[in-house]
Amino acid sequence: MSGCPGCRGCPPGGNPRRNPADYAIALAGNANVGKSALFNQLTGVDQIIGNWPGKTVERAEGILLHEGRRIRVIDLPGIYSFSTYSLEEVVSRDFIALEHPDAVINVVDASALERNLFFTIQLLELAPPLAIAVNQVDLAEKKGIAVDTRKLSNLLGVPVVPTVAIRGKGIAALTAEISGLVKERPVPPQLRYGREIEERIGKVQALLDPANLRYPARFIAIKLLERDPEIVRILSAQDPGAVEAADVLAREIESIHGEPSCVVISAERYLVADRIAAEAVTITEPGGGRRRSLTERIDDLALHPVLGYLCVIGVIGGLLVWTFVFGAQASAFLAEFLSQFEQYEPVISGPFMDILWNGAFTGFVAGVTLVIPYVLPFYLALAVIEDSGYLTRISVMLDRGMHRLGLHGKAIIPLILGYGCNVPACYSCRIMESQKQKLLAAFLVTLVPCTARTVVILGLVAAFVDIWWALALYAFDIVLIIVLGRIAYRAVPGESVGLIMEMPDYHIPSPAVILNQTWARTRSLVWIVFPAYIIGSAALQAFYAAGLLSPVNDLLAPITVLWLGLPAAVGITLLFGVVRKELTILTLAVIFGTADFALVLSPVQMIVLALVSMLYIPCIPVILVLASEFDWKSALVISATEVLVAIAIGGIAFRVLALFM
Amino acid sequence: MFIIWVNLNYGTMPQEQVEEYLEAIYDLELRDGAAKTTAIAKCLKISPGSVTEVLKSLSDKGLIRYEPYRGATLTEEGGRIAGTIKRRHRLLEVFLTDVLKIRSETVHEEACRMEHAISAETENALCRMLNAPSQCPHGSPIQPCSRGVGSCCECDAAVGEGVPEPKSPRDRKIVPVTLLAPGETAKLAFIRGDQRIARRLSDLGLTIGTKVSVTRKIPLDGPVEVAVRRTKIALDCAIAANIFVEVPEKEGS
Repeated sequence: MSGCPGCRGCPPGGNPRRNPADYAIALAGNANVGKSALFNQLTGVDQIIGNWPGKTVERAEGILLHEGRRIRVIDLPGIYSFSTYSLEEVVSRDFIALEHPDAVINVVDASALERNLFFTIQLLELAPPLAIAVNQVDLAEKKGIAVDTRKLSNLLGVPVVPTVAIRGKGIAALTAEISGLVKERPVPPQLRYGREIEERIGKVQALLDPANLRYPARFIAIKLLERDPEIVRILSAQDPGAVEAADVLAREIESIHGEPSCVVISAERYLVADRIAAEAVTITEPGGGRRRSLTERIDDLALHPVLGYLCVIGVIGGLLVWTFVFGAQASAFLAEFLSQFEQYEPVISGPFMDILWNGAFTGFVAGVTLVIPYVLPFYLALAVIEDSGYLTRISVMLDRGMHRLGLHGKAIIPLILGYGCNVPACYSCRIMESQKQKLLAAFLVTLVPCTARTVVILGLVAAFVDIWWALALYAFDIVLIIVLGRIAYRAVPGESVGLIMEMPDYHIPSPAVILNQTWARTRSLVWIVFPAYIIGSAALQAFYAAGLLSPVNDLLAPITVLWLGLPAAVGITLLFGVVRKELTILTLAVIFGTADFALVLSPVQMIVLALVSMLYIPCIPVILVLASEFDWKSALVISATEVLVAIAIGGIAFRVLALFM
Repeated sequence: MFIIWVNLNYGTMPQEQVEEYLEAIYDLELRDGAAKTTAIAKCLKISPGSVTEVLKSLSDKGLIRYEPYRGATLTEEGGRIAGTIKRRHRLLEVFLTDVLKIRSETVHEEACRMEHAISAETENALCRMLNAPSQCPHGSPIQPCSRGVGSCCECDAAVGEGVPEPKSPRDRKIVPVTLLAPGETAKLAFIRGDQRIARRLSDLGLTIGTKVSVTRKIPLDGPVEVAVRRTKIALDCAIAANIFVEVPEKEGS
């Protein structure tokens, strides 16, 4: 991971104080509890999405206005624990412990209170001023689960508010609690574990000097007993005695229970959580009755050994077909509309500034006509599928296949995103747990034909050869992803972690969450893809006008003409395609002076050209993202591999296809 | 090492031979429900006539139940011995392929001969060194040990203290959660393998003693969906195979 290219949208230090805020609060909780919906309710539209400084973890923050005060709301990642299993967990606990927010709101799911309280207990160990929002009380009630929030508040010693975030219920009461918390900053009471553990926590705590600690002493004592690698590392430097003593005590715990101390302490926390939940929760219909829930009935189909796969194919296929059929119409309409302002066909003669301006404008139009008609609807539809809960089912169904590539089911998310644009798809590889899996997933994402490449495939092959040949190219691409994935799995060092994923109940998607998710994914298009398109297109235009056309074509001729069997003029278009993949056919049309490619290219040439354009290199924006998410070496190795693969396959395809076409 | 198949004297039947028979019956019973004489003969490459005699002898020793024509099934004691040998066999296969880098096609024969010679102490030391693998190189599951320890961690801690006999001989029936039928509920007994994963699972609510049920299994070694503490979690099947649960005894083996 590289250092600072990661932090965008926020200045170093991580406090984007565009306007000074009076207070800062954090939202914390498990994934799938409606935390994002609550965040949207509290902050409205004024949100800043960026990265945690120096970390490849997304950070969302907004402003809550209450009684004339501005309160910054930071939405922490959805996590289950404060261990160090993922970067999200470390980022979250460091934020609460080190940046001292004025309050922390713990969002919990009313239907699964024990599991959520397990995290609440850990939050209490960090001792921030805390309030709890028991969310989705309506869904819990439908399942026959009632949470007595007053009792829960008494048991935990912190304010508890019932909410239904997607409908805005309970938000006013919660805001009132927040307002009280930030003013008084009460320290929450600590929950006690069993004597066996509690005694040992006390012993370690007694050895620590609270003046030197950046985290609460009790938190450190517990983490030392759990052998938390991060805390052990920090404390080893300043207080090796305490670390050693804690290690001895941890070993005692282990010999009593015969389990790693962290597992014993987790079990202990669950014991406390179970006890509290048992008092605060009344279940009127034990086990939800014998009637199967709607989620179970949908899963009978969605996770069926045969029909489940048909569902996956239907949904993903439908999503792609719908997007590209609809997108082609909308794109044509937009292009028509924008052509009223300026000619957006590349211009190659005339005053230099005109050429530059024309290039920049062409880039802008290209961006608009790709993003608005294709990428946006695609990501919107995908966000609907994701928020409904179905995406996790796709992950489960495809887990086995992903295994063969050293990945697991969750990797399907970046891969599907890749069909829209590779840039956000590469970012979403962060959901993979190990560094090796992140890199493998990103490599495969760059082989997925994005919208721009689809324009090339459809514009050349589907339009002038046959739609079936275009589909065959897609099918071939999937096969290639599997083959290269297998090879990369063996070549890249590191460990692969198997799938561990919560399966949320299905629910009606919330419009606010969908819009936010779509924006989170498309915003990278605005600040990476658009600038690259505009600057790159202007630069190419200049390059082109400067008369470097023939030399480049001559230079590339051994590859393009001799090996790939394409016209020499294709050389420059492939070079242009590095900036924007769809430039390959746009420039081709200008060079040949016709958009009827059937006149200038044979069907074989069109297929080979589409194939090569699909594979030959990630575009510049993607290379930049790879370099920032991983490092330059990875970005260059991936690019070089793809150039070689594309040339090899293109040449072979030319020779094979020529036999029968 | 050569195995001599001529000694049919019941009292002095070599341990190795007994173990080979029990293993064969174990495999066949899993495959066909009962081990037929002809199938055993084919498996061990000997004549059906000699098999029948040995089966009678094993039956006398209380290791198998033998009914002519139907075939042989293992008794509890026979099953225990066969299970131990299978475990040693598969651990040895992992050792030979992963540590000694011997080709996986050839390790079976080798392990077949070694499995009779190693002690329980060596078996457990191998298991620790190999990080408690869950599968042999050919994909068959490796049963957890019958050592008197609650977890791999305790096993590590007790190195060099000899091999304690099981605290209470495994009267509990402990199986990987993957063997539960969808809808079946059991209590979590322990989690084997990688500590980071064990930690993660316990954070998600899979703590010892918790009731776990399997809600769905995706075929062909796909993920297993388990329900725990009113949430559902999809788990890679190799991870799930390391989660052991205690099933309530209902039917005799």
